[in-house]
Amino acid sequence: MPVLWLVLIILAVSTVGFFLGRARALSSAGGDSRNLHSLPSYYGTNVAFSVLVPSLLVVALWSLFQPTLIGNAVESLIPQETIAEGASLDLVMSDVRRVADGLGVAIKQGVISAEQVANDRIDLTDLRSRLGEVGVALGAEIQPAVLTAANAYRAKTATGNLIMTSIVLLLVVTGFALSYGKTDKDYRARNVVEKGILVLLMASASIAILTTIGIVLSMVFETKNFFGLHSWTDFFFGSTWAPNFRGDSELSILPLLWGTLYISLVALIVAVPVGLFAAIYLAEYASRSVRSFAKPLLEILAGIPTIVYGLFALITFGPFLLKIFGDGGALGVDWMSDARAVATAGIVMGVMLIPFVSSLSDDIINSVPQSMRDGSYGLGATKSETIKQVVLPAALPGIVGAILLAASRAIGETMIVVMGAGAIARLSVNPLDALTTITTRIVSQLTGDGDFSSPETLVAFALGLSLFVLTLGLNILALYIVRKYREQYE
Amino acid sequence: MTDASIPKSAPKTSIHEIDARTKKRNAAETRFKAYGIAAIAAGLMILAVLLVTIIGNGRGAFTQTFVTLDVELLESKLDKKGNRNLDDIKKVSTFGYAPLMKEAFTKKIEEIGLETSLKSKKMAGILSKSAAADLRNFVIADVEQIGKTVEFTFLANSRVDGYLKGRVTRESIANDKNISVEQLDFVDALLEAGVIEKRFNIDFIIGADASDQRPEAAGIGVAMAGSFFMMMVVLALALPIGVAASIYLEEFAPKNWITDVIEVNISNLAAVPSIVFGILGLAVFINYMHLPQSAPLVGGLVLTLMTLPTIIISTRASLKAVPPSIRDAALGLGASKMQSVFHHVLPLAAPGILTGTIIGLAQALGETAPLLLIGMIGFIASNAPSGITEGLLSPNSAMPAQIYEWAKRADPAFYERAWGGIIILLVFLITMNTIAVILRRRFERRW
Repeated sequence: MPVLWLVLIILAVSTVGFFLGRARALSSAGGDSRNLHSLPSYYGTNVAFSVLVPSLLVVALWSLFQPTLIGNAVESLIPQETIAEGASLDLVMSDVRRVADGLGVAIKQGVISAEQVANDRIDLTDLRSRLGEVGVALGAEIQPAVLTAANAYRAKTATGNLIMTSIVLLLVVTGFALSYGKTDKDYRARNVVEKGILVLLMASASIAILTTIGIVLSMVFETKNFFGLHSWTDFFFGSTWAPNFRGDSELSILPLLWGTLYISLVALIVAVPVGLFAAIYLAEYASRSVRSFAKPLLEILAGIPTIVYGLFALITFGPFLLKIFGDGGALGVDWMSDARAVATAGIVMGVMLIPFVSSLSDDIINSVPQSMRDGSYGLGATKSETIKQVVLPAALPGIVGAILLAASRAIGETMIVVMGAGAIARLSVNPLDALTTITTRIVSQLTGDGDFSSPETLVAFALGLSLFVLTLGLNILALYIVRKYREQYE
Repeated sequence: MTDASIPKSAPKTSIHEIDARTKKRNAAETRFKAYGIAAIAAGLMILAVLLVTIIGNGRGAFTQTFVTLDVELLESKLDKKGNRNLDDIKKVSTFGYAPLMKEAFTKKIEEIGLETSLKSKKMAGILSKSAAADLRNFVIADVEQIGKTVEFTFLANSRVDGYLKGRVTRESIANDKNISVEQLDFVDALLEAGVIEKRFNIDFIIGADASDQRPEAAGIGVAMAGSFFMMMVVLALALPIGVAASIYLEEFAPKNWITDVIEVNISNLAAVPSIVFGILGLAVFINYMHLPQSAPLVGGLVLTLMTLPTIIISTRASLKAVPPSIRDAALGLGASKMQSVFHHVLPLAAPGILTGTIIGLAQALGETAPLLLIGMIGFIASNAPSGITEGLLSPNSAMPAQIYEWAKRADPAFYERAWGGIIILLVFLITMNTIAVILRRRFERRW
């Protein structure tokens, strides 16, 4: 039975359960809801929840884990020699899954009969084109072992689905019977329902934790695989980034880290002065009307998607810089050979960060107590002297926190550097040279047909983990500083 | 300040002598203020430059050059047996249609009395590479048209289109194999005769992407459908989960270390680079759970995880803004804690929650990096999905990913498409943000 039908059945039973439970509670109280412990709808909800929650949970978990478990069980059916040169077990297994799906579609459309599949009597040479007809394209001819495995996969999936359906239907019936049986005028339905809702709320809150665990685990496992294939000393301390899909690559993070930090530095050099001065002006000088006009306009810059900045860097700003610094350019110097460069990506990224720095600093400057300014004015300081000597030093920790947050943004930014920074991994200090960054390399190693057993693909996970740790460290530091600073004046 | 001495020159407006040091301090004050104004001006100027660039470059994508010709659909070429059998007609490939178009051009120049040295093949070269296929689709859709002469509007080649929009000039095509100066002269003559015209191109907004040989036929409509389905997934998952999580943290969570961990976790998740969510999606949803690659469902799941912290943070802020007196009043009348939250606090916080959700959705709509990792780029979908299941599971692209794809292609004609796509994307974002602002203005209560 397809999962969709199962879910629909569950939903239908729980809806019916709601009304039945409600009616039963009312009739047990003699039709007068004042004799009930809880409102009538709570009794209905109790029945509905008892049907819905456990069965949906089982459906979700089962669908989540069944493919992996069956995959592991079927893997043993594939002999080592079936795996072609350059391929891996993972690739063969994905073929198995495709064939299994394809057979299902083919049987449904009547291209192949179910008995043929069950009795292993399919013409192998013909199968690929037949599967192609029903829309399942396969890269290579199907090997006998793959077909056997696909058949086993299909059989096990069918059994699994059958078991799941029976368990779920059993749960539906039990849930309904138990909760409906308990429904009585003295039953504390509200307390039970509210406890159930509380558990659901807690589960939702823990999804955030699950996401983090998912992020860390997904990267840690693959990174471990990567360090099994590639030496960690080369990754952390090597000096060359030269992936080579025939093997023997040099994969070191250092040139990428250099590019990342350099571009972020350029971005901060643009964003911090402009953002900070804008924040000071808005917080200290601007009249109410200027503020209400300029602040939202500046914040538009933060709302523009990064792909727009990336396109701007690639098509408009990069060629503009090239016209100035390139061969035959306005300055008559030949310092720049490609429109993609550190300066291109860095300056555009700086623009993106201006509103980020300015609105954070604005909040922080505003939270410096007015009494400190008044004290300074009282001693005869001018407004700018007050800002420079009183307000800014008081706000400094917060501003440092804001800058660190901006730095973490810059380090993790992807689209602007993918489109504007180039792809050459080297340790250059010329801002007009193309450099590459960690995020750019993650994108390029993971797009296309990656084989998840080669170090050239797996390195992306190690890079991702490094990026995660780096930005997480900066964020925690920044949040700590900002929080500590806030407490100071509260 | 110095002691006020007797003024040397009358009349004076102030009794204070402005000494050198005061002047210096005042100058510093003016300078400092000027820096601030300059910073604001710089920010606003950059915004203006960005908008002018976007609109200036993208405007062109909304108009397209079309060539209108009278095509005689010769029975002898298209349906030799003359029985209008669809299978036989389908056997005629696009090569069979090319002569019809050449013939149509020859007739057209006779009709308008144009003298040209161009061969008819070169004339047909000003049409899009998909012109023959378009004509073939037209015939297959209505076989009764065979034998008649129909007025058919062809897409012009992107070079011709660029010539009309000023992107392509006679100088710039010196090394271009796809078009010659003679052909451009021919285009000029046809333009005068009204055969070629530039007009609004609805296909850009509703159409599908085209191969990199045919920028003139590329549209963003299918990618828009992909984005739409992703946003539906995000809305269906992130809103309930986010609101439930915020209610727990704000109203029920005991003050202990577990709650602290969750809170720190959420604020950190909000700052995790988006590409990391892409890696998570690739590893968990595709490699582990074997969900289909490039499917809007997977994109939606990844964006949900990314948007959750934003929604949680804004929902908590609006829950916090509901004064405790409301809760106390509900509790005092005998409501349970859960009832006070769901019946009183939540409805009062709803406008704020909605605003936060719309802003989170707008953020998710413009996000590109995680989509690259789960395969939502490339020339994939050629037809708009026909139903919800297909929309969620069949490979598709999304608007920002489509824009990135166009920006990567070599032909500059695609840049115009990319900017045009950005205009559409920004229209969506501006609409969503405006709705959020209006909601906030109208319904937000100050207690």
